[in-house]
Amino acid sequence: MVSLQINTTRRRFLTETARTVCGVSLFGLGLGFYTQKAFSLPPTSLRPPGALSEKEFQAACIRCGLCVRGCPYDILKLADIIDQAATGTPYFNARHAPCEMCEDIPCLLACPTNALNKSLTTIDDARMGLAVLIDHETCLNYLGLRCDVCHRVCPLINEAITLEPQHNVRSGKHASFIPVVHSDKCTGCGKCEHSCVLETAAIKVLPAHLAKGEIGHHYRLGWQEKAKAGESLVSPDASHEYNLPEGLKYEHSGKGLIKN
Amino acid sequence: MKLTRRSFIKTNAIAATAAAAGITIPGINNAIAKTSSKQIRWDKAPCRFCGTGCSVLVGTKNGRVIATQGDPDSPVNRGLNCIKGYFLSKIMYGKDRLTTPLLRMKNGEYHKEGEFTAISWDKAFDVMADKFKQTIKEKGPTAVGMFGSGQWTVWEGYAASKLFKAGFRSNNLDPNARHCMASAVGAFMRGFGADEPMGCYDDLEHADVFVLWGANMAEMHPILWSRLSDTRLTKEGCEVHVLSTYKHRCFDLADNGMVFTPQTDLAIANYIANYIIQTKSYNKEFVNKHTNFKKTPTDIGYGLRPEHPLEKAKTGSGGKLSGISFEEYKKSIEEYTLEHASKISGVPEKNLLALAKVYADPNKKVTSYWTMGFNQHTRGVWVNGLVYNIHLLMGKISEPGNSPFSLTGQPSACGTAREVGTFSHRLPADLVVKKKAHRDFSEKVWQLPEGTIPPKPGYHAVLQNRMLKDGKLNAYWVMCNNNMQAAANMNEETLPGYRNPDNFIVVSDPYPTVTAEAADLILPTAMWTEKEGAYGNAERRTQFWRQQVSAPGESKSDLWQLVEFSKRFKLEEVWPKELIAKKPEYKGKTLFDVLFANGQVNKYPKQKITDDKGNVYQNDEMEHFGFYLQKGLFEEYRRFGIEGPKKGHDLGEFDTYHQVRGLRWPVVNGKETLWRYREGFDPFVKKGNDVQFYGFKDGRANIITAPYEAAAESPDKEYDLWLSTGRVLEHWHSGTMTRRVPELYRAFPDAVMFIHPNDAKKRGLRRGMVAKVASRRGDIELRVETRGRNRPPEGLIFVPWFDAGRLINKLTLDATDPLSKETDYKKCAVKVMKA
Repeated sequence: MVSLQINTTRRRFLTETARTVCGVSLFGLGLGFYTQKAFSLPPTSLRPPGALSEKEFQAACIRCGLCVRGCPYDILKLADIIDQAATGTPYFNARHAPCEMCEDIPCLLACPTNALNKSLTTIDDARMGLAVLIDHETCLNYLGLRCDVCHRVCPLINEAITLEPQHNVRSGKHASFIPVVHSDKCTGCGKCEHSCVLETAAIKVLPAHLAKGEIGHHYRLGWQEKAKAGESLVSPDASHEYNLPEGLKYEHSGKGLIKN
Repeated sequence: MKLTRRSFIKTNAIAATAAAAGITIPGINNAIAKTSSKQIRWDKAPCRFCGTGCSVLVGTKNGRVIATQGDPDSPVNRGLNCIKGYFLSKIMYGKDRLTTPLLRMKNGEYHKEGEFTAISWDKAFDVMADKFKQTIKEKGPTAVGMFGSGQWTVWEGYAASKLFKAGFRSNNLDPNARHCMASAVGAFMRGFGADEPMGCYDDLEHADVFVLWGANMAEMHPILWSRLSDTRLTKEGCEVHVLSTYKHRCFDLADNGMVFTPQTDLAIANYIANYIIQTKSYNKEFVNKHTNFKKTPTDIGYGLRPEHPLEKAKTGSGGKLSGISFEEYKKSIEEYTLEHASKISGVPEKNLLALAKVYADPNKKVTSYWTMGFNQHTRGVWVNGLVYNIHLLMGKISEPGNSPFSLTGQPSACGTAREVGTFSHRLPADLVVKKKAHRDFSEKVWQLPEGTIPPKPGYHAVLQNRMLKDGKLNAYWVMCNNNMQAAANMNEETLPGYRNPDNFIVVSDPYPTVTAEAADLILPTAMWTEKEGAYGNAERRTQFWRQQVSAPGESKSDLWQLVEFSKRFKLEEVWPKELIAKKPEYKGKTLFDVLFANGQVNKYPKQKITDDKGNVYQNDEMEHFGFYLQKGLFEEYRRFGIEGPKKGHDLGEFDTYHQVRGLRWPVVNGKETLWRYREGFDPFVKKGNDVQFYGFKDGRANIITAPYEAAAESPDKEYDLWLSTGRVLEHWHSGTMTRRVPELYRAFPDAVMFIHPNDAKKRGLRRGMVAKVASRRGDIELRVETRGRNRPPEGLIFVPWFDAGRLINKLTLDATDPLSKETDYKKCAVKVMKA
């Protein structure tokens, strides 16, 4: 025989109620974090080429996994509950394995919903993120060493990443080759981050909105505007003349004083 | 667990204390860092990789190299390294280091088709000595041989040279530098009568114009490239001209980048000389006082096997020079007009003209650099010489900034392979086996009876493989190189020789390389700072290092192996009676007694090795043999440079080198030589002579005319692409060391085929696809790369050779320069198709 004894003391009632409240509120908190997570893509997770903006992407992506199956290099993953990207959506981690930039973009072709936008036809136009040389203090090239691995592995070498040689004042007779990323060319494939030889990569691919600055709308870069116009926006000066001793010349917009 | 209020408070208090303590952790960390850095012992060593010769500081703790740093006091690199040098501390610690001798065995005995089985050194040397003795007894000394290295330390090369040339009386000793520097050596000897560059790295700061002929310095000599770049950036009017058969990273800096059709560098160089003469720009006084004009036989074949149709078709042979007049020289290059050179090379006229003008401008100091583009060339000696011609015509040589400079690829191609004379035709300090006076001198220094060293040059690298295959070379020792991955036409020439049942192949290496796997006996080998060493870089700089750590397991240095092995041979087993009769006191002695315990090499007793801070270093060879072996070998070797018949090779004293960041030879009265052959800079130039090329008796250099001749194998209808091979910055040579560094592996994991996008498209290939590339000799599969660092023109592909999983040397052709015997790895015909 089982006798159901309902013998609720006041103490027990209070304790159990408190427990429930705590439990529910903890669950709510967790749900809240989860929902929050679901709408923001963490910086280390990159979307496949052609992905719509994160919010639109999440609306359009039906979590079918066809893009993941289409990736010939097995680089795309579907996020599961413990991943930082929204569960069921495709992503890749550049440090782990970067996008190989297939010419025919098979992941995008596999997408049934246009969450990966088919208007992207040339892989070079993909913008999965933007490489940023975040840490100048540990980047070996900044230190004058000859690493430049990020430059040489870049599928758009000399376009997306260039090396800008600078005089190394410390050594006095070597150049440092400073890697510079160009946002108009960088596809965010992540080859640079993947192959950075440091323990922790000094160059990282970030979502463009985290990576890019924006110049004040009130200002223009004079040399760029001049180049765009193909001529000086304000007519250049009439020719200048100078009082100079024998054997010297002066170039107004060139080298300045010149010894013959 | 019961948590009372009291215990709760207590725990929290502890936690709080811990947290508070946590805040002070940085301070504690600093204190720890200070004490542990004291325990790291720092000492200098040259980098293990290329011929630049950067110096690094090696940090050792608890018997392990745990860190390195660029040596800030090194004049070469001033604290900098390339990405390979950055990872030096990891190269010795690959998980698959060999730690015990391995012999192919079946049923407890050696068997050619047996499984590799761990054995003792004693047993290994028993079997090995038995095979060498048997071979010498049955077939004579020409049936034993060794393939050595430009990565050997100076004394390892010297000990090998002694052991083979004097001990076994076999000149079948050749270094892998044959694949690398032999053409440069040939041209130095023909042009100047003395090996190695007249200039030094200071030319990098003094030149106004740099011309790269077949050298991808941006990747292959990264630190020198940053010096060159700095001069281009900071010196007004500085120009960089780059010639190559495909676009590479040097083109980024090029003011005048030129992609030419393979082999037409011969025509371009002749055009420049022709331009200089036609415009009368040449330095008449210099030419009259310091040069002779010569011609060389033409149509000399391609160093293939004699039965090859190309060899049968040749009409000339050899390189015997004959004197000609200036007018004859002028006439010989008349056909190389701007139009002709442009047409044959595919380089636009304006680019060629711009190049010719900087050479011809008497006010511009020009330094020319070249590496494998010139040396791995079926006309390598010629084309090296054609650039010397240009510099000699202008007198732009042997002074700061005016330098024709042959760069080296290996850390001691100069110091060991060349200076010590490990080539099959050479002896130390530029001496050669075929000259009696040179043999006599060597025998005198080595205290050997007259006639010990055989006069006939031995088998060179390519010939060694052919002779192994043909069964004429039967006991063979490969040390400090990976020739199965390097030698051209591996399928048809190399592997059959190694696996020929008549042959016994020994490979000494720290790692199980492709070559080791093809051997019958593998000897585990100490590397880099696991032994005391010395390297000589491309600018004649000799650099020493002390042993820093012990080698793992049973590994022994190449030097230990060579010297210990010599104990196994009684003179009677390797020398004829008549020879021993000339030195009866040698009767019954071993090769070790005669070669190494000769009163010279064993002259320096065991000593404590310390640096100026009192740190003590081990020396495993000294411990084992009971005397300072390295010092004894070096001091004996030094006599060749100081007393020998070829002057200008003087080295400093052994102990000095341990105290300095290298010295550039000739070192006379403790003074280094920066520019050779120029009065004031070079102590061997007589006063009032201004310039004296003292390698030749008349003090004159040779301007040697040589025409354009076609490559051994050019693309045709079926094999319609040129194949060029080479290196990448991340990996060094066959990748034995760099591919075991995880970060470098990740940076460039596998070899790819660099191909023009149009060529790929025509074959239905897209970037990233696996494609098959085939030559008449073999095929491999590689991924297609249409982007990236190298941009070949249509009609040419480039494949790096570092990848043991994709052996491009199955495809390359074993055609060589008939003069230097160096293989042309830059030109053969291939086809590419879908895999």
